[in-house]
Amino acid sequence: MDIHEYQAKELLSGYGVPIQRGAVAFSPEQASFAASELGGWHWAVKAQIHSGARGKAGGIKLCKTYHEVHEAAKSMLGRRLVTSQTGPEGKIVQRVYVEIAEKFEREIYLGLVLDRKAERVRLIASAQGGMEIEELARTSPGAILQAMVEPAVGLQPFQAREIAFGLGLNIKQVSRAVATMIGAYRAFRALDATMVEINPLVVTKDDRVIALDAKMSFDDNGLFRHRAIAEMRDLSQEDPREAEASQDNLNYVGLDGDIGCIINGAGLAMATMDTIKYAGGEPANFLDVGGGASPERVEKAFKLVLSDAKVKAILVNIFAGINRCDWVAQGVVQAVRAMGIRVPLIVRLAGTNEREGRRIIADSALPILSAETLADAAQQAVAAARAAH
Amino acid sequence: MSILIDESTPIILQGFTGDKASFHAREMIAYGTRVVGGVTPGKGGQRHLDRPVFNTVKDAVRATGATTSLAFVPPAFAADSLMEAADAGLRLVCIITDGIPAQDMMRVKRYLMRYTKDKRTLVVGPNCAGIISAGKAMLGIMPGHIYKRGKVGIVSRSGTLGYEAAAQMNALGIGQTTSVGIGGDPINGSSFLDHLMLFEQDPETEAVMMIGEIGGPQEAEASKWVKEHMSKPVIGYVAGLTAPKGRRMGHAGAIISSAGDSAAEKSEIMKSYGITVAPSASELGSTVAEVLRRRAPTG
Repeated sequence: MDIHEYQAKELLSGYGVPIQRGAVAFSPEQASFAASELGGWHWAVKAQIHSGARGKAGGIKLCKTYHEVHEAAKSMLGRRLVTSQTGPEGKIVQRVYVEIAEKFEREIYLGLVLDRKAERVRLIASAQGGMEIEELARTSPGAILQAMVEPAVGLQPFQAREIAFGLGLNIKQVSRAVATMIGAYRAFRALDATMVEINPLVVTKDDRVIALDAKMSFDDNGLFRHRAIAEMRDLSQEDPREAEASQDNLNYVGLDGDIGCIINGAGLAMATMDTIKYAGGEPANFLDVGGGASPERVEKAFKLVLSDAKVKAILVNIFAGINRCDWVAQGVVQAVRAMGIRVPLIVRLAGTNEREGRRIIADSALPILSAETLADAAQQAVAAARAAH
Repeated sequence: MSILIDESTPIILQGFTGDKASFHAREMIAYGTRVVGGVTPGKGGQRHLDRPVFNTVKDAVRATGATTSLAFVPPAFAADSLMEAADAGLRLVCIITDGIPAQDMMRVKRYLMRYTKDKRTLVVGPNCAGIISAGKAMLGIMPGHIYKRGKVGIVSRSGTLGYEAAAQMNALGIGQTTSVGIGGDPINGSSFLDHLMLFEQDPETEAVMMIGEIGGPQEAEASKWVKEHMSKPVIGYVAGLTAPKGRRMGHAGAIISSAGDSAAEKSEIMKSYGITVAPSASELGSTVAEVLRRRAPTG
């Protein structure tokens, strides 16, 4: 789960990461009022969306008067901001962050990630802040400094010091940067983060360091023990269908094709989509209905898939383990009857009670095409979608 | 032979008396698995499914001689249950639980390093379907009847895609030795490599099907080892060719976030190390059949 910049800063600040004074605003009036409350001479108005690269897209404006703050906020709020990371549809700006702007001398990159290979937290830093780390890793990998954190003891000051000196900081700056790195690690560890990125961490003329931008992502599996963070979830930043699916505990990812997919198990779902592609079609979505595919869940899955107007055929592929095929078949029949599904429907049932499941489908006398194998199911779905065009 | 478990392996269940654990324990027993008891803190001394219940894993090991456990423990308590199993000296723990925080697994992995290699517990999962040695024993939640005894090992991230592979093989008359689900989480107890090493040593296994998916470095790591050390043929498949970058596809670990994470890249890596990759998920069985035919001595 991702959160907004201002939320990440607030959290990190609680762990000793220095941030600039700022306030969130939901209207231009709030924004200019916030600027007057914050004091200072210059302010940055920053669109709060779940994406980086906001500056280049016009999502960050430097303002010298309250009026400019008001106008900057007005130009952002309610609009969709398209950055290099959002995709062409962009993301809606519903809040801006107003922050005191200050001159700085240097920009540094700091990041913490969960490294799957090492199964440890990795601290990454670079003297070339402001750049995207992926870009830097490609162009000059030598410019990236790293430390691996031993989980039993956590990030040690000497590791942070080595990196701080490696960045060419002076001794005053080093001690502040070390506190920042250790603070960011403690936040990562305590809050079940999967990523913390401070880019840039700026160094001021008087040797202070400040997190000018901050991003945090969290392990969805850890949210049960972090209620306050779970509540920061902003559904406006997610695909509406995916957000709806997650409310029903279904895993849905929208794609561009025309064959809707309802499958149990993430691996089988991906493999079924691949088989559709292999058979010459394009999947419209990923949807894992999970282990206990009750009739109610199956019906919800159909609703979700059909809310995509591009869908020209639906493929249901269930390999029942804990599930029973007869149970799933009842759900399918019930959904088709209740919803009057108009697109061709191909159902493949395998595993526990597959014969009973197939019989329920056949006895329903509904126009459902039955498939025995994965290949057969994919081919039928592709043919049906083509015929519908 | 088979790997990890067989009909003589003494098995306990952690979280034994819960509904799901009870349901699957019955299935396991019906399959012929030697379930010798279980652990539910606070219910020690009771009997469940005609077997003893213990408060701690150590008690269960002492009384039953169990070497292996299947854990059905909620996410919040899962890491603790794995460390308890390791400390009680179990040889193998398979954990089904979906939803364990990744940092908890990181700490579990670190904890396991306290024990010397010959005394270290092998953890399979989490977020997996478990392990089955066809016709011998079942340590998981899979439909046992879809597996037939034979000569091919399966190691898969996904549960249902593992079932699909077994069903396709059966349709062609190819049975399995053992099928292992390593689970869909970003940090898991054991990797493809751990199980390929065991399959390589198992005299009954003649070939192994390795079913990966997007995200993480474990397919690549295992493929390199196959090239350098494995005498038996490996048939590969990687799910998620149509998965978009940066999106989590159901499994916590199924996300393309860095170089080498995509299905296309992983398939290429497998091929570059001499692994035969099935062209699609509908040809898992036929690709295994073809590899076995090629391997069969002629004349």
